[in-house]
Amino acid sequence: MAQGVLVFAEQVDGSFRKIAYEAVSEGRRLADTLGDTVSAVVFGSGVEGIAGELAQYGADKIFVGDDSALADYTTDAYTNMLFEVVKDNDPRILLFGASSRGKDLSARLAARLGVGLAMDCIALKLDGEKLIATRPMYGGKVLAEVALEGVPQMSAIRPNVMEIVQSPKAGDLEKVAIKTDVVKTRVVEKRLEVASKIDLTEADVIVSGGRGMGGPDFGAIEQLAEVLGGTVGASRSAVDEGWRPHSDQVGQTGKVVSPNLYIACGISGAIQHLAGMGSSKYIVAINKDPGAPIFKKADYGIVEDLFKAIPAIMAELKKVG
Amino acid sequence: MDIVVLLKQVPDTETLIQIAGDKASIRTEDVKWVINPYDEFAVEEALRIKEKHAGKVTILTMGAERAVESIRTALAMGADEGVLIDDPATQGSDALGTAKVLAAALKDTGYDLVIAGQRAVDDDGYQVPAAVAELLGIAQVSMVVKEEITDGKIRCECTIEGGIMVLETDLPALFTTQRGINEPRYASLPGIMKAKKKPLIKKTLADLKVDPSEVGEAQAKCRVKSLSFPPERSPGRIIDGETVEAKAAELVRLLRDEAKVI
Ligand SMILES: Cc1cc2nc3c(=O)[nH]c(=O)nc-3n(C[C@H](O)[C@H](O)[C@H](O)COP(=O)(O)OP(=O)(O)OC[C@H]3O[C@@H](n4cnc5c(N)ncnc54)[C@H](O)[C@@H]3O)c2cc1C
Ligand SMILES: Nc1ncnc2c1ncn2[C@@H]1O[C@H](COP(=O)(O)O)[C@@H](O)[C@H]1O
Repeated sequence: MAQGVLVFAEQVDGSFRKIAYEAVSEGRRLADTLGDTVSAVVFGSGVEGIAGELAQYGADKIFVGDDSALADYTTDAYTNMLFEVVKDNDPRILLFGASSRGKDLSARLAARLGVGLAMDCIALKLDGEKLIATRPMYGGKVLAEVALEGVPQMSAIRPNVMEIVQSPKAGDLEKVAIKTDVVKTRVVEKRLEVASKIDLTEADVIVSGGRGMGGPDFGAIEQLAEVLGGTVGASRSAVDEGWRPHSDQVGQTGKVVSPNLYIACGISGAIQHLAGMGSSKYIVAINKDPGAPIFKKADYGIVEDLFKAIPAIMAELKKVG
Repeated sequence: MDIVVLLKQVPDTETLIQIAGDKASIRTEDVKWVINPYDEFAVEEALRIKEKHAGKVTILTMGAERAVESIRTALAMGADEGVLIDDPATQGSDALGTAKVLAAALKDTGYDLVIAGQRAVDDDGYQVPAAVAELLGIAQVSMVVKEEITDGKIRCECTIEGGIMVLETDLPALFTTQRGINEPRYASLPGIMKAKKKPLIKKTLADLKVDPSEVGEAQAKCRVKSLSFPPERSPGRIIDGETVEAKAAELVRLLRDEAKVI
């Protein structure tokens, strides 16, 4: 019979992504409810040294696939390898982080295994041994509770939603055989932004600007984000104007984010924008129009010209801090 | 080159979503249906590839009769042919069931390149394209913002957290679209006229030789048990104050002491 919770822990260039800790912690929580064990899987090149970190978050065992052929994520190599780990260990639950790679991998593997997968989940619970996942649909307008058939029960969790919990376990390392099989894609190049920039999907604080910024100068927003240790986001209008890159766009056709604090500056609050940031823990809106729909979703609103409000907030932060 | 676009019809993003009586689906009566925005990018990219390399663009949809309207829109944009798989047995299919049907249809029509949306904005599933690629045994490349085809190879720029990954693969292959790849064209009036005469073929599972017992609700491995509305956000508070400085001070205080997020 299937046993244990298996968690795919994503690392990039030798560091775990935050979502890896979130996924292992969530796996631990589910396993504790079931009285079961947690195994994590790490693939990459030169990752044996970091794999042990996952013990801290509750991994009893850590499978390591360490090879130059796994240095960069490719759908085929990772799916082929993970498929073998799943076959050999027969877990009852298989968790992923719903990052871009996590989505790509989990979807391909679910099809290969012929089992159900709940994507981009914001909560997981158990009904006996059945995994019940909560996931937003229709751009977050509704929440669905979904049940999964087949073994393992697969779920990919939304980054930045689930808690990272320390609960040290043995974390015994076990090497897995490297058998990447046919890999149909070749990595030609990687172009990464400055390493210091935290991706919007993982940011605790996001300061976003919209058409109200009036132009490509996002200096005020960048400064506020920096003081708060946050990342800059944008509405689609700001992206369409060419003021910000597409990768900054938050919304239904942009990134779905769940920071602790989202500060929307000069953003009206269109439904498609809300689809991307509606699940933020706290929302602050700064807009000069008191009738802007964003105020209906904001925990705190300031009706002011953003070019006056942001410097005032900065001054205040410097004062107390 | 035979390019097939997987196109799904979804509720317009502006549509008010209402939960149906069964509490597990949505009411479809007053919904305005549109092409999934990411699939619009897929149609546009297919047309650009065709314009550059010649070939044929086929629109493939599994859905209800009303999806004809969306397929016609894509034909009016410039696609050559539409295929609609409308079969009651497909109802309630999950991603894998849907992919089985689409993969069978793709084998039937033939393809060099399959273009899909990264996600459908109704189920926000992010799953069907990968499952289709798996069933066809071809490469999938996710979230593409730029592509170039030369000598039977496609090179794609894909968005990943923190940057871009450039991947190359041989055709046939499947890729999914990410915003930034293009700005979809509007259907022109002559285009709309021409679309009326373009072939729109309807197929059933029997035509595709798909066993109805392999798809549909009964076979779904991922099943919606219930839908609910997310908890309403507590009514926001507009911060009062005589001056902008006073408002700023109060906001910072609230974020520190009440929300405890800074
Ligand atoms: C299919 C589809 C998908 C979409 N996807 C997305 C998406 O992913 N993300 C997204 O954001 N949008 C998306 N949109 C677009 C969306 O509908 C809105 O058009 C967009 O979000 C508006 O951006 P905005 O709030 O910056 O601009 P506007 O709606 O023009 O609002 C600007 C706001 O700034 C305020 N303002 C102006 N000057 C100042 C100032 N000096 N100080 C303070 N406030 C000021 C104004 O009062 C106004 O409220 C999508 C639309 C469609 C149809
Ligand atoms: N019923 C369908 N018919 C045609 N294409 C579909 C269908 N369902 C999903 N797709 C394709 O798969 C993509 C992702 O859908 P999903 O996995 O449901 O989020 C869509 O953008 C479409 O390109």
